[in-house]
Amino acid sequence: MTAHNPASPPFRNPVIRWVDYRLPVFTFMRDHLGDYQTPKNLSYMWNFGSLAGIALVVMILTGIFLAMHYQPNVNGAFASVERIMRDVNYGWLIRYLHMNGASMFFLVVYLHTFRGLYYGSYKAPREVLWMLGVLILFTMMPTAFLGYVLVWGQQSFWAATVITSMVTAVPFVGEPIVEWLWGGFAVDNPTLNRFFALHYLMPFVIVGIIAIHLWALHMHRSNNPTGVEPKGPEDTIAFHPYFTVKDLLGVAAFLIVYLGFVFFAPNFFTEPDNYIPADPLVTPHQIVPEWYLLPFYTVLRAIPHKLTGVIAMVAAIAILFLMPWLDRSPVKSARFRPLYRMFFWIFLLDCLILGYLGAQTAEEPYVTAGQIATFYYFAHFLIIVPAVSRFEKTKPVPESISVDVAAREGRRPRRGVGTKKKEEVA
Amino acid sequence: MVNVNSATLAGAEPSDSREREKTGGEGTRRDFLLLAATAVGAVGAGLAAWPFISSMRPAADTLAEATLEVDLSPIETGQAITVVWRKKPVFIRHRTADEIQKAESQNVAELRDPQPDSERVKKPEWLVMIGICTHLGCIPLGQQPNDPTGNYGGWFCPCHGSHYDESGRIRQGPAPRNLAIPQYEFIDDTTIRLG
Repeated sequence: MTAHNPASPPFRNPVIRWVDYRLPVFTFMRDHLGDYQTPKNLSYMWNFGSLAGIALVVMILTGIFLAMHYQPNVNGAFASVERIMRDVNYGWLIRYLHMNGASMFFLVVYLHTFRGLYYGSYKAPREVLWMLGVLILFTMMPTAFLGYVLVWGQQSFWAATVITSMVTAVPFVGEPIVEWLWGGFAVDNPTLNRFFALHYLMPFVIVGIIAIHLWALHMHRSNNPTGVEPKGPEDTIAFHPYFTVKDLLGVAAFLIVYLGFVFFAPNFFTEPDNYIPADPLVTPHQIVPEWYLLPFYTVLRAIPHKLTGVIAMVAAIAILFLMPWLDRSPVKSARFRPLYRMFFWIFLLDCLILGYLGAQTAEEPYVTAGQIATFYYFAHFLIIVPAVSRFEKTKPVPESISVDVAAREGRRPRRGVGTKKKEEVA
Repeated sequence: MVNVNSATLAGAEPSDSREREKTGGEGTRRDFLLLAATAVGAVGAGLAAWPFISSMRPAADTLAEATLEVDLSPIETGQAITVVWRKKPVFIRHRTADEIQKAESQNVAELRDPQPDSERVKKPEWLVMIGICTHLGCIPLGQQPNDPTGNYGGWFCPCHGSHYDESGRIRQGPAPRNLAIPQYEFIDDTTIRLG
């Protein structure tokens, strides 16, 4: 966390100078948001990290305002959500922002993750950065699930029952643990109370992990489309204004999609059943998780053994932790890895198929298809990626970011220009 | 492209100041864009904040309970009742001729919060007030027959000793204002609607 440019001029404003000498927040902001040197060739695929951060802020903000009106009690929860929708000023807007915000959060996080997989952002020296990211994804899932339960509709209640019952797969202690989770003998008021408490807590845990994620990011800075580390000042530009503006443009595009759903199709991602109050005596005809959990749901259903199914589902996410060690290729970016690139797209397709199958009823041909897709999912990580990284003949990697940028623009690299100009200014 | 890159490499500020020199100290196009973008962003942030601020105001169901009709016919002369309106106690007193006479004959000029009795009632025999002490929000005594009524024959606040007269006007103690009069109207001779 050292300042990139030790020769930065002192702040002109004396108040800022006074504060900064005692608590260097302004220096910190300059070194990590302002002058922060960023690879100059980042594409729009690098927007999803900041978008995920913004999505989280929106979720926390809307969530706090919803919590001002929500009642975590089995007798009042559903009605309080309806009151938010009908009586609270702009309650419908805040709830739809929160509801669809969850989907948008997962959407940008998944794109962020696939970006990392494509460009090898998990490779040295960014393994810890990557693992923290996977941890964030891991934390988001229970957070989203807990929030889904709070509505206390039919889908909420039965999702809570099904998900918590997974714990009963644990040998011997499964039953006592699930009763401990429920605070009773079924999903009931104590369950709802603790789910509310934890749903309020978890986002702040995520904020904490993100802080460490960013710390790790700023240690070795962003990867870039070439996968070649910056070699000099000609390879980087200041974060502000170039990437602040680029990120803001991304925010505008993101808001168009997000608010498009909020205002024109607010219930696109939900099940109509969840507008029926929870009934502990009637299970809906089909239980479908939210779209962002569907691929993992297919993995769970693909394995006809309770405990193994649950383990496979958790492993499907946990296996991402191992990606830095499964992929031994010295080349980061898939741009120079034709074989890996092909398998990347097949893997992405497989994830989409898993998602599609998760929304289907548990009958043929979907069950067999789910088993094949699940097998391929794990094969990608455990067989294909290690094998490809060993046998693949990669394309030549550019000498530096500048050389690559210049070659793509059909001109000679602008080398050493930066240093010359800087002397001129001084 | 060339422009952007040279600005990049030299740092945005020096290039900006060079441009400013060219325009004779006037703003540059970049200044204009920055100001315009900031202004649009500020307006957008304000608009986005409004639904959140507004969501904390009383909701529609709360507002729907904001009016209350009270039948006064069972209240005998000299009796008082307390009704709850918008979660606040409202004192309704059927005043005696003696109380009305005292309230009306009071010299307004010597009051802390000068207000003639006629401004505080719609019909002299019916005094309708919000029963919350204007000092710090306690409920004054004087509604029950055995309650202390203070030194002026009206109400007495037990919290910090404010005394109110037969018209609910502050006469002694720390309260700054008379007991408030709610918005109400007579919908017939013996029924009022609060709110």
